[in-house]
Amino acid sequence: MSGIALALSTVIGIPLGAALGLTRFVGRRLVIAVMYTGMGFPPVVVGLFVYLMLSRSGPLGSLGLDAIPELFTPAAMVVAQTIIAFPLVAGFTMAAVMGVDPNLRLQVLGLGATAWQATWAILAEARTGVIVSVVAGFGGIISEVGAVMLVGGNIEHSTRVLTTAIVLETRKGNFELAIALGIILLSLSFFANLAMLRLQGSSLNE
Amino acid sequence: MNESLFRLRDVTRRYGSRQVLSIDELEIRQGEILALVGPSGAGKSTLLRLLNFLEPPSQGTIEFLDEQIDPDRQPSLELRRRVTTVFQRPVLLRRSVYQNVRYGLQLRGQRDGAGQIDRVLEEVGLVDLAQAQARTLSGGEAQRVALARAMVLEPDVLLMDEPTANLDPYNVGLIERIVTRLNREAGTTTVLVTHNVFQARRLAHRVALLLEGRIVEVADVQAFFEQPSDPRTAAFVRGEMVY
Ligand SMILES: Nc1ncnc2c1ncn2[C@@H]1O[C@H](COP(=O)(O)OP(=O)(O)OP(=O)(O)O)[C@@H](O)[C@H]1O
Ligand SMILES: [Mg+2]
Repeated sequence: MSGIALALSTVIGIPLGAALGLTRFVGRRLVIAVMYTGMGFPPVVVGLFVYLMLSRSGPLGSLGLDAIPELFTPAAMVVAQTIIAFPLVAGFTMAAVMGVDPNLRLQVLGLGATAWQATWAILAEARTGVIVSVVAGFGGIISEVGAVMLVGGNIEHSTRVLTTAIVLETRKGNFELAIALGIILLSLSFFANLAMLRLQGSSLNE
Repeated sequence: MNESLFRLRDVTRRYGSRQVLSIDELEIRQGEILALVGPSGAGKSTLLRLLNFLEPPSQGTIEFLDEQIDPDRQPSLELRRRVTTVFQRPVLLRRSVYQNVRYGLQLRGQRDGAGQIDRVLEEVGLVDLAQAQARTLSGGEAQRVALARAMVLEPDVLLMDEPTANLDPYNVGLIERIVTRLNREAGTTTVLVTHNVFQARRLAHRVALLLEGRIVEVADVQAFFEQPSDPRTAAFVRGEMVY
Protein backbone atom coordinates (compact mmCIF):
# COMPACT_ATOMS: atom_id res chain seq x y z
CA MET A 1 0.00 0.00 0.00
CA SER A 2 2.79 2.38 0.86
CA GLY A 3 4.31 1.10 -2.37
CA ILE A 4 1.26 2.19 -4.34
CA ALA A 5 1.32 5.60 -2.70
CA LEU A 6 5.02 5.95 -3.48
CA ALA A 7 4.48 4.87 -7.10
CA LEU A 8 1.67 7.41 -7.46
CA SER A 9 3.77 10.14 -5.87
CA THR A 10 6.62 9.34 -8.23
CA VAL A 11 4.38 9.34 -11.28
CA ILE A 12 2.88 12.70 -10.30
CA GLY A 13 5.92 14.25 -8.63
CA ILE A 14 8.68 13.67 -11.18
CA PRO A 15 6.84 15.11 -14.20
CA LEU A 16 5.58 18.00 -12.08
CA GLY A 17 9.06 18.70 -10.75
CA ALA A 18 10.54 18.46 -14.24
CA ALA A 19 7.91 20.82 -15.64
CA LEU A 20 8.49 23.32 -12.84
CA GLY A 21 12.24 23.12 -13.25
CA LEU A 22 12.44 23.25 -17.04
CA THR A 23 9.60 25.40 -18.28
CA ARG A 24 8.36 28.87 -17.55
CA PHE A 25 4.61 29.31 -17.51
CA VAL A 26 2.11 31.68 -16.02
CA GLY A 27 1.36 30.68 -12.44
CA ARG A 28 4.59 28.73 -12.03
CA ARG A 29 5.57 30.72 -8.96
CA LEU A 30 2.22 30.05 -7.37
CA VAL A 31 2.49 26.32 -8.03
CA ILE A 32 5.98 26.32 -6.53
CA ALA A 33 4.76 28.18 -3.44
CA VAL A 34 1.95 25.64 -3.00
CA MET A 35 4.41 22.79 -3.49
CA TYR A 36 6.85 24.19 -0.91
CA THR A 37 3.97 24.44 1.53
CA GLY A 38 3.07 20.85 0.73
CA MET A 39 6.65 19.75 1.41
CA GLY A 40 6.55 21.06 4.94
CA PHE A 41 2.90 20.39 5.64
CA PRO A 42 2.02 18.61 8.90
CA PRO A 43 0.75 15.24 7.70
CA VAL A 44 -2.02 15.27 10.31
CA VAL A 45 -3.51 18.29 8.59
CA VAL A 46 -3.42 16.44 5.28
CA GLY A 47 -5.18 13.60 7.07
CA LEU A 48 -7.81 15.97 8.38
CA PHE A 49 -8.31 17.46 4.94
CA VAL A 50 -8.66 14.06 3.28
CA TYR A 51 -10.95 12.95 6.11
CA LEU A 52 -13.24 15.92 5.59
CA MET A 53 -13.23 15.54 1.81
CA LEU A 54 -13.98 11.84 1.84
CA SER A 55 -16.38 11.55 4.75
CA ARG A 56 -19.95 10.76 3.76
CA SER A 57 -21.05 14.31 4.40
CA GLY A 58 -17.93 15.83 2.82
CA PRO A 59 -17.79 17.45 -0.64
CA LEU A 60 -16.35 14.38 -2.38
CA GLY A 61 -17.75 11.62 -0.19
CA SER A 62 -21.30 12.88 -0.61
CA LEU A 63 -21.06 12.45 -4.38
CA GLY A 64 -21.14 8.70 -3.83
CA LEU A 65 -19.03 8.00 -6.93
CA ASP A 66 -17.30 4.65 -7.24
CA ALA A 67 -14.03 6.31 -8.18
CA ILE A 68 -13.83 8.12 -4.83
CA PRO A 69 -12.48 5.95 -2.06
CA GLU A 70 -14.38 5.64 1.21
CA LEU A 71 -12.91 6.55 4.56
CA PHE A 72 -11.29 3.83 6.61
CA THR A 73 -10.21 1.89 3.53
CA PRO A 74 -6.69 1.26 2.25
CA ALA A 75 -7.55 3.38 -0.78
CA ALA A 76 -8.24 6.40 1.41
CA MET A 77 -4.86 5.94 3.05
CA VAL A 78 -3.15 5.80 -0.32
CA VAL A 79 -4.77 9.14 -1.15
CA ALA A 80 -3.49 10.71 2.07
CA GLN A 81 0.02 9.26 1.69
CA THR A 82 0.23 10.39 -1.92
CA ILE A 83 -0.75 13.92 -0.98
CA ILE A 84 1.95 13.90 1.69
CA ALA A 85 4.68 12.49 -0.53
CA PHE A 86 4.25 13.90 -4.02
CA PRO A 87 5.22 17.51 -3.15
CA LEU A 88 8.45 16.12 -1.70
CA VAL A 89 9.17 14.20 -4.88
CA ALA A 90 8.27 17.20 -7.05
CA GLY A 91 10.31 19.64 -4.97
CA PHE A 92 13.51 17.62 -4.96
CA THR A 93 13.09 16.74 -8.65
CA MET A 94 12.70 20.40 -9.52
CA ALA A 95 15.85 21.31 -7.61
CA ALA A 96 17.73 18.47 -9.28
CA VAL A 97 16.80 19.35 -12.88
CA MET A 98 17.45 23.03 -12.24
CA GLY A 99 20.96 22.07 -11.22
CA VAL A 100 21.66 20.68 -14.69
CA ASP A 101 23.57 23.02 -17.02
CA PRO A 102 20.93 24.76 -19.17
CA ASN A 103 23.24 24.43 -22.17
CA LEU A 104 22.82 20.67 -22.01
CA ARG A 105 19.27 20.87 -23.30
CA LEU A 106 20.33 23.02 -26.25
CA GLN A 107 23.24 20.75 -27.10
CA VAL A 108 21.17 17.60 -26.90
CA LEU A 109 18.59 19.21 -29.20
CA GLY A 110 21.47 20.10 -31.51
CA LEU A 111 22.34 16.40 -31.67
CA GLY A 112 18.84 15.74 -32.93
CA ALA A 113 16.81 15.06 -29.79
CA THR A 114 13.07 15.67 -29.73
CA ALA A 115 11.74 17.80 -26.87
CA TRP A 116 10.84 14.63 -24.96
CA GLN A 117 14.21 13.05 -25.53
CA ALA A 118 15.86 16.23 -24.27
CA THR A 119 13.75 16.24 -21.11
CA TRP A 120 14.59 12.61 -20.55
CA ALA A 121 18.29 13.36 -20.97
CA ILE A 122 18.07 16.08 -18.33
CA LEU A 123 16.32 13.76 -15.88
CA ALA A 124 19.02 11.18 -16.53
CA GLU A 125 21.70 13.80 -15.85
CA ALA A 126 19.94 14.72 -12.61
CA ARG A 127 19.42 11.09 -11.63
CA THR A 128 21.20 11.37 -8.28
CA GLY A 129 18.82 14.13 -7.22
CA VAL A 130 15.76 12.50 -8.74
CA ILE A 131 16.39 9.35 -6.73
CA VAL A 132 16.86 11.45 -3.60
CA SER A 133 13.41 12.87 -4.32
CA VAL A 134 11.91 9.38 -4.33
CA VAL A 135 13.79 8.51 -1.12
CA ALA A 136 12.37 11.64 0.49
CA GLY A 137 8.86 10.69 -0.66
CA PHE A 138 9.38 7.21 0.72
CA GLY A 139 10.53 8.64 4.03
CA GLY A 140 7.49 10.89 4.17
CA ILE A 141 5.19 7.93 3.64
CA ILE A 142 6.82 5.37 5.88
CA SER A 143 7.26 7.62 8.89
CA GLU A 144 3.74 8.91 8.83
CA VAL A 145 1.22 8.07 11.58
CA GLY A 146 -1.27 10.83 12.11
CA ALA A 147 -2.90 11.11 8.72
CA VAL A 148 -3.00 7.38 8.21
CA MET A 149 -4.62 6.89 11.59
CA LEU A 150 -7.26 9.53 10.93
CA VAL A 151 -8.15 8.45 7.44
CA GLY A 152 -7.58 4.73 7.74
CA GLY A 153 -8.83 4.21 11.27
CA ASN A 154 -6.13 1.68 12.17
CA ILE A 155 -8.39 -1.30 11.47
CA GLU A 156 -6.73 -4.67 11.93
CA HIS A 157 -5.89 -6.60 8.72
CA SER A 158 -7.11 -3.69 6.66
CA THR A 159 -5.79 -0.25 7.36
CA ARG A 160 -3.35 -0.96 10.14
CA VAL A 161 0.20 -0.23 9.04
CA LEU A 162 3.46 -0.62 10.94
CA THR A 163 3.51 2.89 12.33
CA THR A 164 -0.07 2.82 13.55
CA ALA A 165 0.45 -0.65 14.98
CA ILE A 166 3.44 0.68 16.92
CA VAL A 167 1.31 3.46 18.38
CA LEU A 168 -1.40 0.98 19.37
CA GLU A 169 0.95 -1.58 20.93
CA THR A 170 2.80 1.10 22.87
CA ARG A 171 -0.47 2.39 24.27
CA LYS A 172 -1.42 -1.14 25.28
CA GLY A 173 1.90 -1.47 27.06
CA ASN A 174 3.22 -4.17 24.69
CA PHE A 175 6.61 -2.56 24.43
CA GLU A 176 8.43 -5.68 23.17
CA LEU A 177 6.03 -5.99 20.25
CA ALA A 178 6.20 -2.26 19.59
CA ILE A 179 9.99 -2.37 19.56
CA ALA A 180 9.98 -5.42 17.29
CA LEU A 181 7.65 -3.63 14.87
CA GLY A 182 9.89 -0.60 15.04
CA ILE A 183 12.89 -2.69 14.12
CA ILE A 184 10.99 -4.21 11.21
CA LEU A 185 10.04 -0.75 10.02
CA LEU A 186 13.60 0.45 10.26
CA SER A 187 14.99 -2.53 8.38
CA LEU A 188 12.32 -2.24 5.69
CA SER A 189 13.23 1.37 5.25
CA PHE A 190 16.94 0.57 5.26
CA PHE A 191 16.64 -2.14 2.62
CA ALA A 192 14.35 -0.05 0.45
CA ASN A 193 16.88 2.77 0.57
CA LEU A 194 19.70 0.37 -0.12
CA ALA A 195 17.84 -0.72 -3.24
CA MET A 196 17.47 2.89 -4.35
CA LEU A 197 21.15 3.47 -3.68
CA ARG A 198 21.93 0.65 -6.08
CA LEU A 199 19.80 2.42 -8.66
CA GLN A 200 21.79 5.57 -8.13
CA GLY A 201 24.81 3.43 -8.79
CA SER A 202 28.11 4.97 -9.62
CA SER A 203 26.58 8.42 -10.10
CA LEU A 204 27.08 9.01 -6.37
CA ASN A 205 30.81 8.74 -6.69
CA GLU A 206 31.26 11.14 -9.54
CA MET B 1 30.10 23.18 -54.87
CA ASN B 2 28.06 26.16 -55.98
CA GLU B 3 24.59 25.03 -55.16
CA SER B 4 23.13 26.89 -52.23
CA LEU B 5 22.24 24.90 -49.13
CA PHE B 6 21.15 27.67 -46.80
CA ARG B 7 19.76 30.97 -47.88
CA LEU B 8 18.98 33.62 -45.27
CA ARG B 9 16.83 36.59 -46.15
CA ASP B 10 16.25 39.60 -43.92
CA VAL B 11 16.88 37.47 -40.87
CA THR B 12 16.91 39.17 -37.51
CA ARG B 13 17.20 37.81 -34.01
CA ARG B 14 16.13 39.81 -30.99
CA TYR B 15 16.37 39.05 -27.29
CA GLY B 16 13.81 41.24 -25.59
CA SER B 17 14.29 44.63 -27.15
CA ARG B 18 17.90 43.98 -28.10
CA GLN B 19 18.60 43.05 -31.68
CA VAL B 20 21.75 40.94 -31.87
CA LEU B 21 21.54 39.71 -35.45
CA SER B 22 20.43 41.38 -38.65
CA ILE B 23 21.38 39.64 -41.86
CA ASP B 24 20.02 40.96 -45.13
CA GLU B 25 21.30 38.06 -47.13
CA LEU B 26 23.61 35.12 -46.62
CA GLU B 27 24.11 32.04 -48.72
CA ILE B 28 25.90 28.92 -47.57
CA ARG B 29 26.90 26.64 -50.39
CA GLN B 30 26.72 22.91 -50.56
CA GLY B 31 30.09 21.36 -49.76
CA GLU B 32 31.95 24.49 -48.71
CA ILE B 33 33.81 25.41 -45.57
CA LEU B 34 32.66 28.87 -44.60
CA ALA B 35 34.63 30.57 -41.86
CA LEU B 36 32.71 33.02 -39.74
CA VAL B 37 34.91 35.59 -38.07
CA GLY B 38 34.19 38.63 -35.99
CA PRO B 39 34.79 40.12 -32.58
CA SER B 40 33.29 38.79 -29.38
CA GLY B 41 29.59 39.53 -29.10
CA ALA B 42 29.15 39.96 -32.86
CA GLY B 43 26.45 37.27 -32.93
CA LYS B 44 28.40 34.31 -34.32
CA SER B 45 27.06 31.75 -31.85
CA THR B 46 23.58 33.15 -32.28
CA LEU B 47 23.80 32.66 -36.04
CA LEU B 48 24.85 29.04 -35.53
CA ARG B 49 21.86 28.42 -33.26
CA LEU B 50 19.59 29.69 -36.03
CA LEU B 51 21.33 27.49 -38.60
CA ASN B 52 20.86 24.44 -36.35
CA PHE B 53 17.18 25.42 -35.95
CA LEU B 54 17.60 25.64 -32.19
CA GLU B 55 15.97 29.07 -32.22
CA PRO B 56 13.63 30.57 -34.78
CA PRO B 57 14.52 33.86 -36.40
CA SER B 58 12.61 36.84 -34.99
CA GLN B 59 11.95 37.92 -38.57
CA GLY B 60 12.86 36.79 -42.04
CA THR B 61 13.29 33.40 -43.63
CA ILE B 62 15.89 30.68 -43.66
CA GLU B 63 15.72 28.40 -46.65
CA PHE B 64 17.36 25.04 -46.12
CA LEU B 65 17.20 22.61 -49.05
CA ASP B 66 13.56 22.77 -50.05
CA GLU B 67 12.16 23.86 -46.73
CA GLN B 68 11.52 27.38 -45.66
CA ILE B 69 11.80 28.28 -41.99
CA ASP B 70 10.41 31.51 -40.64
CA PRO B 71 9.25 32.74 -37.22
CA ASP B 72 6.05 30.71 -37.53
CA ARG B 73 7.34 27.60 -39.20
CA GLN B 74 9.72 25.21 -37.51
CA PRO B 75 11.62 22.61 -39.50
CA SER B 76 10.74 18.94 -39.40
CA LEU B 77 12.73 16.68 -37.10
CA GLU B 78 14.13 14.92 -40.14
CA LEU B 79 15.51 18.18 -41.50
CA ARG B 80 16.81 19.31 -38.13
CA ARG B 81 18.77 16.07 -37.86
CA ARG B 82 20.79 16.82 -40.97
CA VAL B 83 22.58 19.61 -39.14
CA THR B 84 24.57 19.41 -35.94
CA THR B 85 26.83 21.63 -33.88
CA VAL B 86 30.11 21.34 -32.03
CA PHE B 87 29.44 23.94 -29.36
CA GLN B 88 31.73 26.61 -28.03
CA ARG B 89 31.60 25.10 -24.53
CA PRO B 90 30.57 21.49 -24.97
CA VAL B 91 28.48 19.98 -22.18
CA LEU B 92 28.95 16.24 -22.19
CA LEU B 93 26.57 13.75 -20.65
CA ARG B 94 27.51 12.26 -17.31
CA ARG B 95 28.26 8.93 -18.95
CA SER B 96 31.23 7.25 -20.54
CA VAL B 97 32.96 8.68 -23.59
CA TYR B 98 31.61 5.79 -25.66
CA GLN B 99 28.04 6.42 -24.52
CA ASN B 100 28.41 10.11 -25.31
CA VAL B 101 29.44 9.32 -28.85
CA ARG B 102 26.64 6.78 -29.21
CA TYR B 103 24.00 9.17 -27.87
CA GLY B 104 22.99 10.89 -31.13
CA LEU B 105 22.63 7.54 -32.88
CA GLN B 106 20.43 6.31 -30.04
CA LEU B 107 18.20 9.35 -30.44
CA ARG B 108 17.67 8.27 -34.02
CA GLY B 109 16.84 4.73 -32.96
CA GLN B 110 19.98 3.39 -34.62
CA ARG B 111 21.33 0.32 -32.85
CA ASP B 112 23.93 -0.90 -35.28
CA GLY B 113 26.41 1.95 -35.03
CA ALA B 114 29.19 0.10 -33.18
CA GLY B 115 31.55 0.03 -36.13
CA GLN B 116 30.91 3.69 -36.83
CA ILE B 117 31.55 4.66 -33.20
CA ASP B 118 34.81 2.72 -33.09
CA ARG B 119 36.00 4.35 -36.29
CA VAL B 120 35.23 7.83 -35.03
CA LEU B 121 36.87 7.22 -31.64
CA GLU B 122 39.92 6.00 -33.49
CA GLU B 123 40.07 9.09 -35.64
CA VAL B 124 39.87 11.51 -32.70
CA GLY B 125 42.32 9.41 -30.72
CA LEU B 126 40.01 8.45 -27.88
CA VAL B 127 40.02 4.67 -28.13
CA ASP B 128 41.88 4.31 -24.85
CA LEU B 129 39.46 6.62 -23.08
CA ALA B 130 36.27 5.06 -24.49
CA GLN B 131 35.17 3.78 -21.08
CA ALA B 132 36.30 6.84 -19.11
CA GLN B 133 33.74 9.15 -17.54
CA ALA B 134 33.26 12.03 -19.96
CA ARG B 135 33.08 14.58 -17.14
CA THR B 136 36.60 13.74 -15.98
CA LEU B 137 38.27 14.58 -19.30
CA SER B 138 40.66 17.42 -19.99
CA GLY B 139 39.54 20.32 -22.16
CA GLY B 140 41.16 18.98 -25.30
CA GLU B 141 39.76 15.50 -24.76
CA ALA B 142 36.28 16.84 -24.09
CA GLN B 143 36.45 18.91 -27.27
CA ARG B 144 37.38 15.78 -29.23
CA VAL B 145 34.41 13.92 -27.71
CA ALA B 146 32.19 16.81 -28.80
CA LEU B 147 33.56 16.50 -32.32
CA ALA B 148 33.20 12.71 -32.26
CA ARG B 149 29.58 12.78 -31.14
CA ALA B 150 28.80 15.14 -34.01
CA MET B 151 30.86 13.30 -36.65
CA VAL B 152 29.31 9.95 -35.92
CA LEU B 153 25.97 11.32 -37.12
CA GLU B 154 27.45 11.98 -40.58
CA PRO B 155 25.60 15.29 -40.83
CA ASP B 156 25.13 17.16 -44.09
CA VAL B 157 26.08 20.33 -42.24
CA LEU B 158 28.56 20.61 -39.42
CA LEU B 159 28.51 23.85 -37.44
CA MET B 160 31.60 24.41 -35.34
CA ASP B 161 31.81 27.15 -32.74
CA GLU B 162 35.46 27.90 -32.03
CA PRO B 163 36.33 24.22 -31.82
CA THR B 164 40.00 24.84 -31.20
CA ALA B 165 39.93 27.77 -28.80
CA ASN B 166 42.17 27.10 -25.79
CA LEU B 167 43.63 23.92 -27.27
CA ASP B 168 47.27 22.95 -27.62
CA PRO B 169 48.83 22.73 -31.10
CA TYR B 170 48.46 18.94 -31.21
CA ASN B 171 44.70 19.08 -30.69
CA VAL B 172 44.33 22.04 -33.03
CA GLY B 173 46.11 20.12 -35.78
CA LEU B 174 44.07 16.98 -35.19
CA ILE B 175 40.76 18.82 -35.34
CA GLU B 176 41.75 20.85 -38.40
CA ARG B 177 42.75 17.69 -40.27
CA ILE B 178 39.42 16.09 -39.46
CA VAL B 179 37.44 19.12 -40.61
CA THR B 180 39.31 19.10 -43.89
CA ARG B 181 38.92 15.36 -44.38
CA LEU B 182 35.18 15.38 -43.65
CA ASN B 183 34.74 18.16 -46.16
CA ARG B 184 36.81 16.51 -48.88
CA GLU B 185 35.66 12.93 -48.45
CA ALA B 186 32.12 13.17 -47.14
CA GLY B 187 31.32 16.54 -48.69
CA THR B 188 30.29 17.87 -45.30
CA THR B 189 29.27 21.50 -45.51
CA THR B 190 30.97 23.27 -42.62
CA VAL B 191 30.49 26.61 -40.94
CA LEU B 192 33.48 27.29 -38.75
CA VAL B 193 33.40 30.10 -36.22
CA THR B 194 36.90 31.13 -35.34
CA HIS B 195 38.79 33.98 -33.75
CA ASN B 196 41.91 32.81 -35.47
CA VAL B 197 42.36 34.43 -38.89
CA PHE B 198 45.19 32.03 -39.68
CA GLN B 199 42.89 29.09 -39.10
CA ALA B 200 40.26 30.67 -41.33
CA ARG B 201 42.89 31.06 -43.98
CA ARG B 202 44.10 27.46 -43.63
CA LEU B 203 40.69 25.79 -43.76
CA ALA B 204 38.04 27.93 -45.37
CA HIS B 205 36.88 28.33 -48.95
CA ARG B 206 35.03 31.49 -48.09
CA VAL B 207 35.11 33.84 -45.13
CA ALA B 208 32.37 36.01 -43.69
CA LEU B 209 32.96 38.89 -41.30
CA LEU B 210 30.22 39.53 -38.78
CA LEU B 211 30.20 42.85 -36.95
CA GLU B 212 27.53 43.87 -34.46
CA GLY B 213 25.13 41.34 -35.90
CA ARG B 214 25.64 42.33 -39.53
CA ILE B 215 27.54 40.66 -42.31
CA VAL B 216 30.16 43.14 -43.43
CA GLU B 217 31.71 41.07 -46.16
CA VAL B 218 31.62 37.53 -47.54
CA ALA B 219 34.32 36.61 -49.99
CA ASP B 220 36.51 33.81 -51.24
CA VAL B 221 39.31 33.24 -48.79
CA GLN B 222 42.02 34.75 -50.95
CA ALA B 223 40.05 37.85 -51.81
CA PHE B 224 38.97 38.27 -48.20
CA PHE B 225 42.55 38.40 -47.00
CA GLU B 226 44.30 39.99 -49.95
CA GLN B 227 41.82 42.39 -51.54
CA PRO B 228 39.07 43.00 -48.98
CA SER B 229 36.44 45.27 -50.38
CA ASP B 230 35.38 46.73 -47.07
CA PRO B 231 37.80 48.83 -45.01
CA ARG B 232 36.55 47.14 -41.85
CA THR B 233 37.55 43.77 -43.27
CA ALA B 234 40.98 45.15 -44.06
CA ALA B 235 41.31 46.39 -40.51
CA PHE B 236 40.14 43.09 -39.09
CA VAL B 237 42.58 41.13 -41.22
CA ARG B 238 45.42 43.35 -40.04
CA GLY B 239 44.36 42.62 -36.49
CA GLU B 240 43.45 46.21 -35.78
CA MET B 241 40.00 45.60 -34.45
CA VAL B 242 39.91 45.45 -30.70
CA TYR B 243 38.07 42.52 -29.21
N1 LIG C 1 19.81 33.95 -24.94
C1 LIG C 1 20.21 35.23 -24.98
N2 LIG C 1 19.55 36.18 -24.32
C2 LIG C 1 19.95 37.47 -24.37
N3 LIG C 1 21.03 37.90 -25.01
C3 LIG C 1 21.75 37.01 -25.69
C4 LIG C 1 21.40 35.61 -25.71
N4 LIG C 1 22.30 34.98 -26.47
C5 LIG C 1 23.16 35.90 -26.89
N5 LIG C 1 22.84 37.12 -26.43
C6 LIG C 1 23.57 38.38 -26.73
O1 LIG C 1 23.75 38.45 -28.12
C7 LIG C 1 25.02 38.97 -28.45
C8 LIG C 1 25.73 38.03 -29.39
O2 LIG C 1 26.09 36.85 -28.68
P1 LIG C 1 26.85 35.65 -29.37
O3 LIG C 1 27.04 34.62 -28.31
O4 LIG C 1 26.14 35.24 -30.58
O5 LIG C 1 28.23 36.32 -29.72
P2 LIG C 1 29.54 35.66 -30.33
O6 LIG C 1 29.85 36.37 -31.60
O7 LIG C 1 29.39 34.18 -30.40
O8 LIG C 1 30.63 36.05 -29.24
P3 LIG C 1 31.91 35.21 -28.73
O9 LIG C 1 32.97 35.36 -29.76
O10 LIG C 1 32.29 35.91 -27.45
O11 LIG C 1 31.46 33.80 -28.51
C9 LIG C 1 25.76 39.17 -27.14
O12 LIG C 1 25.75 40.53 -26.82
C10 LIG C 1 24.97 38.37 -26.15
O13 LIG C 1 24.99 39.01 -24.90
MG1 LIG D 1 30.21 32.61 -29.42
